[in-house]
Amino acid sequence: MSLPTRKFDAVVVGAGGAGMRAALQLSEAGLKVAVLSKVFPTRSHTVAAQGGIGASLGNMGEDNWLWHMYDTIKGSDYLGDQDAIEFLCRMAPQAVYDLEHYGMPFDRNENGTVYQRPFGGHSSNFGERPVQRSVCAADRTGHAMLHTLYQRNVRANTVFFVEWMALDLIRDASGQVLGVTAMEMETGETWIFQARATLFATGGAGRIYAASTNAFINTGDGLGMAARAGIPLEDMEFWQFHPTGVAGAGVLITEGVRGEGGYLLNKDGERFMERYAPNMKDLASRDVVARAMATEIKEGRGCGKDADYILLKLDHIGVDKIEKKLPGIREIAKKFANVDPVKDPIPVVPTCHYQMGGIPTNYHGEVVVPGNGKDNNVVPGFYAAGEVACASVHGANRLGTNSLTDLLVFGKASGDSVIRYLKENPGHKDLPADAADYTMARLSRLDSQAGGESVFEVGAAMRRTMQAHCGVFRFPDLLTDGVKKIREIADRAARTEIKDKSKTFNTARIEALELDNLIEVARSTMVCADARQESRGAHDRADYPKRDDVTWLKHTLWYKDNDRLEYKAVNLKPLTAESFEPKVRSY
Amino acid sequence: MSDFDRVRWHCRRGLLELDIILTRFLESGYPRLSEAQRTVFSGLLEYADNDLWDFVSGRKSSADAAEEEVLDLLRET
Repeated sequence: MSLPTRKFDAVVVGAGGAGMRAALQLSEAGLKVAVLSKVFPTRSHTVAAQGGIGASLGNMGEDNWLWHMYDTIKGSDYLGDQDAIEFLCRMAPQAVYDLEHYGMPFDRNENGTVYQRPFGGHSSNFGERPVQRSVCAADRTGHAMLHTLYQRNVRANTVFFVEWMALDLIRDASGQVLGVTAMEMETGETWIFQARATLFATGGAGRIYAASTNAFINTGDGLGMAARAGIPLEDMEFWQFHPTGVAGAGVLITEGVRGEGGYLLNKDGERFMERYAPNMKDLASRDVVARAMATEIKEGRGCGKDADYILLKLDHIGVDKIEKKLPGIREIAKKFANVDPVKDPIPVVPTCHYQMGGIPTNYHGEVVVPGNGKDNNVVPGFYAAGEVACASVHGANRLGTNSLTDLLVFGKASGDSVIRYLKENPGHKDLPADAADYTMARLSRLDSQAGGESVFEVGAAMRRTMQAHCGVFRFPDLLTDGVKKIREIADRAARTEIKDKSKTFNTARIEALELDNLIEVARSTMVCADARQESRGAHDRADYPKRDDVTWLKHTLWYKDNDRLEYKAVNLKPLTAESFEPKVRSY
Repeated sequence: MSDFDRVRWHCRRGLLELDIILTRFLESGYPRLSEAQRTVFSGLLEYADNDLWDFVSGRKSSADAAEEEVLDLLRET
């Protein structure tokens, strides 16, 4: 079946920081570029980024990219690819200068240079002392970045397709990527976007968890499309969690609450951190607190009717101090937990925040897959950047501020790669006759499904299962059981039914299509986590508490087809620097 | 086409806090709004996420009385 077709030199899916940075590179090179986005570009989830952009400008004192590189590799628990990490850290200062030239309103020092604030995990001279490396625009760095990049793209004539959802990748028999199918929400019509190069910048998929800080749009659309097209997903077992998100909502409660004397209670009213960390108690490091919380819940000492959360008590701090030292906390607790923390404790759980894994790429932003005896073969015409991609610069654990650095550096790098590729490969290849068949079959299945499953219920089952079986601290029995359960849920997701079949702004259909993407991410996460028998970075197993470099210093690759797993070597050879050999990670 | 469906999609935001409040409001407050208030609500959705969150969390108020009226309902949500 043929569909109406639009032709572009490049199509970028996603209009957050990475997508808009890439699109800008392409449009300013004179290429005809389409950017597809489910929401208006400045409403992308990049807007939530407050921390800043890590870059060794050295404006506050001596700094250099090699120290940033060391911090990133150590942060990654040595799973990051050192060629990509060198590239990230060397290019970071230029990425900031580029943004400055575009008009980004960075905070400044009195001498006019860009101000840099301190941030956890960043050091000078290989861990010797903290360094101020994070550039920011007040607490609105992501917001300012999106607005700056959007304005600049408009000037460069990037064509935005706003409220369009990409549905599937189009590949020909040779595996070359020739564009995507996409649905316009307003009309419900499906189009082919034929492109000489296709770049995914669809962000993360934190909505696979019941407790997530991610916005509702973070449904892993790029990951789902890639997996369905036979592209493996890399290192999907690695997700960063924050210990205290409001249970059932995901909104973060700052660690400052525990700093001011707040503490955690289980269902028996016991201050359990005294058992896990007798000295530091509730002020122990993030991973220690999160692990203790998960253990209490697993052992049946969670609170509430499902025994699935912990209480954060702060009423003893007193109204005055809460309002003075912890501004906004009372409001957040009232709005999202329906409790006034001056009187009652706040229900909290470890909450998913960031996805380290994704579509495998090299440091040029080209998507790479194994084959012909080699780990990294470039998929012609296919690129990815930002949270959806795995370059891998974050390895097993992302260093704070590196998410914005990642999307700027690899947004630009993937754009440059597309420009080079298009110079060498002029003209559009013909689309295969069946280019849209797969998408049309999916849509037709959804519209004709009778006696099927509710999208809401299947989604809720997926989120609950991920949270309970594959959360911040992982237990062997729960993982094994979780694999079985998530496969059953995936079977149910293949039979979703929507009652409303209307065409225009049919949010029920959109949510069903989003679930198709989420479920691939959830399944890959559970299967990869069950298989990796060690603890490394954010992957923390009760039965294998140590990192195992002999067996597990390698990347996981998950294929949708039968949940097949392969592994590939971590690149320990930087571009020019000396290799950083794995060491015990302590701070 | 139902305007409600369009408004509902425009409540999908970059900030989780807004996703939650706006989704709740669609169920609880929106059905009771007058036509004029609905237009104001749609206008509020055009604000950038951070600005809208400043309004909704009560950190800032709008200079426009009609916007403040709808924002007050959102603040109670």
